[in-house]
Amino acid sequence: MPSADAATVAGVTSGADGLADLPPSPAVWCSGLRKRYGRRTAVDDVSFTVGRGEVVGLLGPNGAGKTSVIKMLLGLVRPDAGEVLLLGRPSTDPRSRSAVGYLPELFRYQPWLTAAEVLDLHVKLAGADVPPAERRECLALVGLAERAGDRVGGFSKGMQQRLGLAVALVARPELVVLDEPTSALDPLGRVDVRDIVLSLKSRGVAVLLNSHLIGEVERVCDRVVILDEGRVAASGTLAELLGQREVRLRLAGADGPAEDRMRAAGALTRSGDWFTVQLASDDDGVTVPDLVRDLVGLGVRVHAVEPVRISLEERLLAVLRHEEPGHEEPTP
Amino acid sequence: MISLTVAGLTLREAFRRRVVWALLVLTVVLLVLSGWGFSRLIGLDTDLGTMTSGEARLIASVLLNLIMFGFSLIAAIGTAFLAGPTLSGEVESGQALAMLARPVRRSSVLLGKWLGLLTFGCGYVILAGLAQLLVVRWAVGYWPPDPAIGLLLLAAETVVLLTLALLLSSVVSPMASGIIAVGLFGATWVAGVVGGIGAALGNEGVERVGSVSRVILPTDGLWRGAMNGFQDPFALAQMGQGEAGFPFLSDAPLTPAYLAWAAVWIAVVWGLTALSFQRRDI
Repeated sequence: MPSADAATVAGVTSGADGLADLPPSPAVWCSGLRKRYGRRTAVDDVSFTVGRGEVVGLLGPNGAGKTSVIKMLLGLVRPDAGEVLLLGRPSTDPRSRSAVGYLPELFRYQPWLTAAEVLDLHVKLAGADVPPAERRECLALVGLAERAGDRVGGFSKGMQQRLGLAVALVARPELVVLDEPTSALDPLGRVDVRDIVLSLKSRGVAVLLNSHLIGEVERVCDRVVILDEGRVAASGTLAELLGQREVRLRLAGADGPAEDRMRAAGALTRSGDWFTVQLASDDDGVTVPDLVRDLVGLGVRVHAVEPVRISLEERLLAVLRHEEPGHEEPTP
Repeated sequence: MISLTVAGLTLREAFRRRVVWALLVLTVVLLVLSGWGFSRLIGLDTDLGTMTSGEARLIASVLLNLIMFGFSLIAAIGTAFLAGPTLSGEVESGQALAMLARPVRRSSVLLGKWLGLLTFGCGYVILAGLAQLLVVRWAVGYWPPDPAIGLLLLAAETVVLLTLALLLSSVVSPMASGIIAVGLFGATWVAGVVGGIGAALGNEGVERVGSVSRVILPTDGLWRGAMNGFQDPFALAQMGQGEAGFPFLSDAPLTPAYLAWAAVWIAVVWGLTALSFQRRDI
């Protein structure tokens, strides 16, 4: 993203204090993030935004740079280049994190404190005014109401991750960053996390979710950013990324004209009797019936017609294996 | 505000991890034993005859310095091993991630840790030292000439060492930082003794070893100032010039210039720690 955009976003932000009619700045805006560790480039020219109230999934293989990106957003790691605005403030200003909740991938809390004391500490550090009843509710939300007075040192990994989730939620955040929030959780815990993310979304809280559980991401995210080798390999809304559909046809007697007709409908691949036609994302639903009618008209015998929907997992694998180009988000 | 919260947290850690209780037990044992030992000094039969109360006070003055050195050693090791894990340990374990992602300046967190450790270390040295002085007064009736200055310098020595341990903790692993800090503390003390022997022998080169080490790390210099506040002013005169290298007697109080240097040293090392912690990737 060119730096002129940075100036625009910063300008809107700084002016927004006095101009209530301007739209709020995005929850996260980052541009050109770059980080090297020794000779290895961990993150290279990463730019994306998370709108207010939007749930964005950060996907990618191990070592793709997802956690490094998150740490740069939160000011934990210094980027070698690039800019970050959190809720309208540059991330170099600690106040940019005053309404940010964070569950780190490596979740560890003071083992000599009780769960309730950990929440009290984070409320103090956040400078928030959260009454004790609301803190207890927060612990109850993650299933730790009964363990509020127990020392964290005695908690299982799953319980510590639940506590981390409560810590991320306790100070009334406007942006929640969850780095692998379900890595230590059982299936019930995963459902709880999904419900919590959906509840945050319904309350207009923005969420940046890094998870290997693609199914979870597909269920809760509005948009997805796919990182590979430190770069944005693909990004877009789920409709943009998955909107592309295919139809598989098993045909007999398909000759040149029949193949030309199929190519007119979309990109064609053939494997024996099976033909796969990629359909446009804005397909109005008549392409396939018209294609079948024309194929029959050309004397082709149609044995099977199967619609194929691409899952986010397939899309992710295709992008990471460089089998197809990622859908780049249009730069504003 | 953030600093006070973190300072409170650091003190709470020292209590919850039973560091305070362990030190308390150790100190009480040391006080009881020293009280018993001091009370046996008067009327002690030696090869030179029975010790008078005046001689006993003289010996007490020297022994007091030895015990105070023990306390400063306990405080030094205690704070160094508390300060060591505090930055690098929390970064390694991941505890720092959630805390530093809050709207806090890293320098405020550092200041809080430093204040917490300072309260702990200085509190220990002053209370344990005062208790020891009272024990000696009860046992042999000796009261040092400048107890307040002595205790404050002992506390300052602790502050120097914990500031050094914090700096090391911001750049090396938790265990290494504790070991290096205590090692440097011991090395400076030994260098001070070597310097004292050099002075007694009139060898300027050897004497300079002590002077230089006292400038590089002011723990030994401050310790010598503290000893000067605790010891009987006549002790040195009675020991004679030949004993000037004795490690548990100090021949002169600290100069204001040296105290100013110690303050500058603490400020500079603290600043370096803040800079290093600020730039560190968590």
